[in-house]
Amino acid sequence: MSPGSKALAEFVAEATEILDALARDLLVLDERRGYEADPDLVNGIFRAAHSLKGLSGLFGQERISRLAHGTEDLLDRLRLGKLLLDGAVLDALIEALDAFQALLGEAARGTESESLSARVEAMAARMASMGAPTEVAADDPLDRLELEAQVRSVFTEYEEHRLRENVRRGVSLWRVRAAFDLSDFDKGLAELNARLKPLGEVISTLPSAQPGGAHGIAFDLIFGAQVDRVSLETGLKGTPAELSALTVRPAAAAATSALLQAAQPAATIRASGGAKSETRPGDAATHDGDAGSAQDAAAGGLAAPDVPVRVTDAAPEASRKGATPSRGSRSSAIRGTSADAKDSPVAGHSTSPKGGGKKKGARATPAAMPPEAQPPLLSHVPEDTEPGLLEWPTSDADVPANAGGSPSPTPVPGPSSVPVVAYLQGAAKASPKGLSVAPAAPAGAPVSAPAALTADTSLRSLTQTVRVDIGRLDGLINMVGELLLIKANLQRLAESARQDGAVALSKLFGQELARETRGLERKLEALQEGLLEARMVPVGQVFDKLARLVRRITREAGKEIELAISGGEVELDKLIVEELSDPLMHLIRNAIDHGVESPDARLAAGKPRRAVVGLRAEQKGNHVVIEVSDDGSGIDEVRVREVAITRGLITFAQAQEMSRRELLNLIFQPGFSTARSVSELSGRGVGLDVVKNNLGNLSGIIDVWSERGKGTAFHLTLPVTLAIIRALLVGVSGRTYAVPLNSVLEIISVQPKDIRTVERREVLDLRGQTLPFVRLSRMFALPERPVSRHFVVVVGLAQERLGIAVDELHGQQDIVTKPLGGRLQSVRGISGATDLGNRRTVLVLDVAALLEEGMAVERRRA
Amino acid sequence: MRVKVLIVEDSKASREYIAAMVEAVEGVEVVVTSSGFEALKLLPRHRFELIITDINMPDINGLELINFVKKNPNYREVPLFIITTEGRDQDRERGLALGAAEYLVKPFLPGSLEALLRRYLKLP
Repeated sequence: MSPGSKALAEFVAEATEILDALARDLLVLDERRGYEADPDLVNGIFRAAHSLKGLSGLFGQERISRLAHGTEDLLDRLRLGKLLLDGAVLDALIEALDAFQALLGEAARGTESESLSARVEAMAARMASMGAPTEVAADDPLDRLELEAQVRSVFTEYEEHRLRENVRRGVSLWRVRAAFDLSDFDKGLAELNARLKPLGEVISTLPSAQPGGAHGIAFDLIFGAQVDRVSLETGLKGTPAELSALTVRPAAAAATSALLQAAQPAATIRASGGAKSETRPGDAATHDGDAGSAQDAAAGGLAAPDVPVRVTDAAPEASRKGATPSRGSRSSAIRGTSADAKDSPVAGHSTSPKGGGKKKGARATPAAMPPEAQPPLLSHVPEDTEPGLLEWPTSDADVPANAGGSPSPTPVPGPSSVPVVAYLQGAAKASPKGLSVAPAAPAGAPVSAPAALTADTSLRSLTQTVRVDIGRLDGLINMVGELLLIKANLQRLAESARQDGAVALSKLFGQELARETRGLERKLEALQEGLLEARMVPVGQVFDKLARLVRRITREAGKEIELAISGGEVELDKLIVEELSDPLMHLIRNAIDHGVESPDARLAAGKPRRAVVGLRAEQKGNHVVIEVSDDGSGIDEVRVREVAITRGLITFAQAQEMSRRELLNLIFQPGFSTARSVSELSGRGVGLDVVKNNLGNLSGIIDVWSERGKGTAFHLTLPVTLAIIRALLVGVSGRTYAVPLNSVLEIISVQPKDIRTVERREVLDLRGQTLPFVRLSRMFALPERPVSRHFVVVVGLAQERLGIAVDELHGQQDIVTKPLGGRLQSVRGISGATDLGNRRTVLVLDVAALLEEGMAVERRRA
Repeated sequence: MRVKVLIVEDSKASREYIAAMVEAVEGVEVVVTSSGFEALKLLPRHRFELIITDINMPDINGLELINFVKKNPNYREVPLFIITTEGRDQDRERGLALGAAEYLVKPFLPGSLEALLRRYLKLP
């Protein structure tokens, strides 16, 4: 690796880490769309953009640096309250994240496409001119806070802004003073912060300038409390913290001007956002709800001090202090809503470790919305795209970035934004069929996909690194230490054997040697297991990326979807997780674009307008099963049959014999799906053969279940690891083969008379079930030996079963499968070769391929 | 005897970059940290001749660090440079008001940093 490429790899790895964090936080922000953003979260995102800017500047990545600069600037204005976080701003941030990922991809490959450069320029320019400025109050609420100028002088602009916000809202402010030992004050402070965080916002942490004794240091924390004094004192019990309240002078004099100010922000928002139909219950707590609160203010003729909009949980505190009744009552109503939301039994699945509770709330609330209100996700559907009719190239994944050259599907904020309800009605009028359950493609040109959809690069990571928990590494190092100990013992034994000569080899010596060898074996096994574990990563890594994609596709497709994720903690080999991302992306796309109906069609079918797309992982023994499901219109197997017959994939006679499941599985056949069949089958089957092949390369298989009107589910069954597997060694005609043990269900012994022939095909009866049966010798054209009985290795993946006849069983062994090079790669039924300890190389059977072969034979018979 | 310079900057890339710049000056030894807390702990353990600090950091901010240093009789003579970002004028002004000697605007020219270092560290 040249120094240049090493630096690049370092850059890519670090930038990936930053982007991952950025993406996680943005996801949380997006899920809380329409609610007031957590200032810590916004600040965190700002810091990520800031770091990215620094990093890319350092490595001469100018395009990333340019975009990061624009993003940082936008976020800076956001966190300083100079800009409102509305839908357009959030969309821009999400789009920027996509662009960063595309840029990083190009950087990793050492390319620079002009279309992407143009997109970056356009985005940076758009972000610079973005957003409605928030109203700056004529009088600074901070002036009402009694705080020494000395203390104020060490606040950063951001901290000052947070303090101002807290004063403005009437949050009670405290100075929390605590002294610690200099050697471990950070621990003490961390504990104090952990106690304080649930009770409010730590605005600033100031080390006291007075030397706190020889080994001590004191800190002043400026704290905005969401709870009353008693709760605060209770919460801090046992810490060295001392509380003193900061006094805020009332803003009585400013009452009249406050009324004026109250109306102003609403006006600004109306002008900038167009007639947004996003208002919904509970929105009074958000920026988007400004219109409503302005009305309140006008109607009541009495405004709460300062800008009345941002009612928070702290509002009861304000009402206790004698704020106006209107404000008090509204805030309690809001609290009621959010509490209801939290309690409502919605299947909320946390996608990231952060704030699961919050998200449940976020999800639950839209469910309680009146049906005519639209969730914000829908607000930016490109006007020329019909819901449910999006198409994408069948090859997918590696589509060249921005093929269409159009900069972005997101409309610029401003009067051009189309009110959602009106838009949907318009679409329905223009093309009533477009919203039916199985939408028909317009004759002629398909609707072109928006740029962002085609600009998708693969979801695969750009780096080959695995982050390993330090505890795991320590465990491995311990094991190596123990191995060294055993080695020393063995060395000692060898030495004594050498000195004493052959005569002295006693029984005792043999026993000792055997004991050491056993110890060695155990330790080596543990080491191997530990190393394999180090390769394991939670499948949630790829789920998180998919969650982001889902939000975007949903937005673009004009659907309403809840993504239900579970089992993200299930671990798989890093390699498998990486390879899995593209097939999963493909399946999820299918589900959203074509499986799930439009909200109107769903209502018409008596379903909730919000569809559920599920992404679930579950460990089953040596396998992990991943399910991608939707509750959409399902696959019409009758149409599948017709298409398969029309395309010559099966004969009419074959079709007659096929079960529903077999029919459905035809969608994985190469040649089944074409662009046209998209519309014929509600879009199912687009490039599913590619998905199946990808999975086959991972020794996995895919299976589909579907019921008309109810939905569709794909099950992906995968081995936990590919690195080292346990194999069954079998002998056929004097040759040895290895069968991965994870797919071996059982081994039975059968006599030749038990083998029946059904339609020129050999089968066995296994406990009343007919089991397809192949002779490995015939399959590989080896001379057959006459035997009095066969060993039949029953293999299975998912629901497929096959009996493989072999002559001998040699036992089990751990093997490392090496791929076969060049021409041998295409040999069916062999996945690779492995070296056995005795310097013999044997071939490893590809069980998934054999099963498929078995099914194909079944289909060919006629 | 080399003089010690403390660099406080949470962004790894910037930190490494600045450290490399400072280390390139002969006779200078660099101590780096990513956090204001760590800086507070390092102060009594070393004799720093110069401190270079970022402003926006997750634990305590750079202004607070400056204030702490300047109010403490043990350290108040140590010159401080602040690292700021373009456009963050208020933070910069406050840093200078609290007693910072110089400010560096990211991304800055290595030449200018070296000249400043030589001046404040009284190197030839």
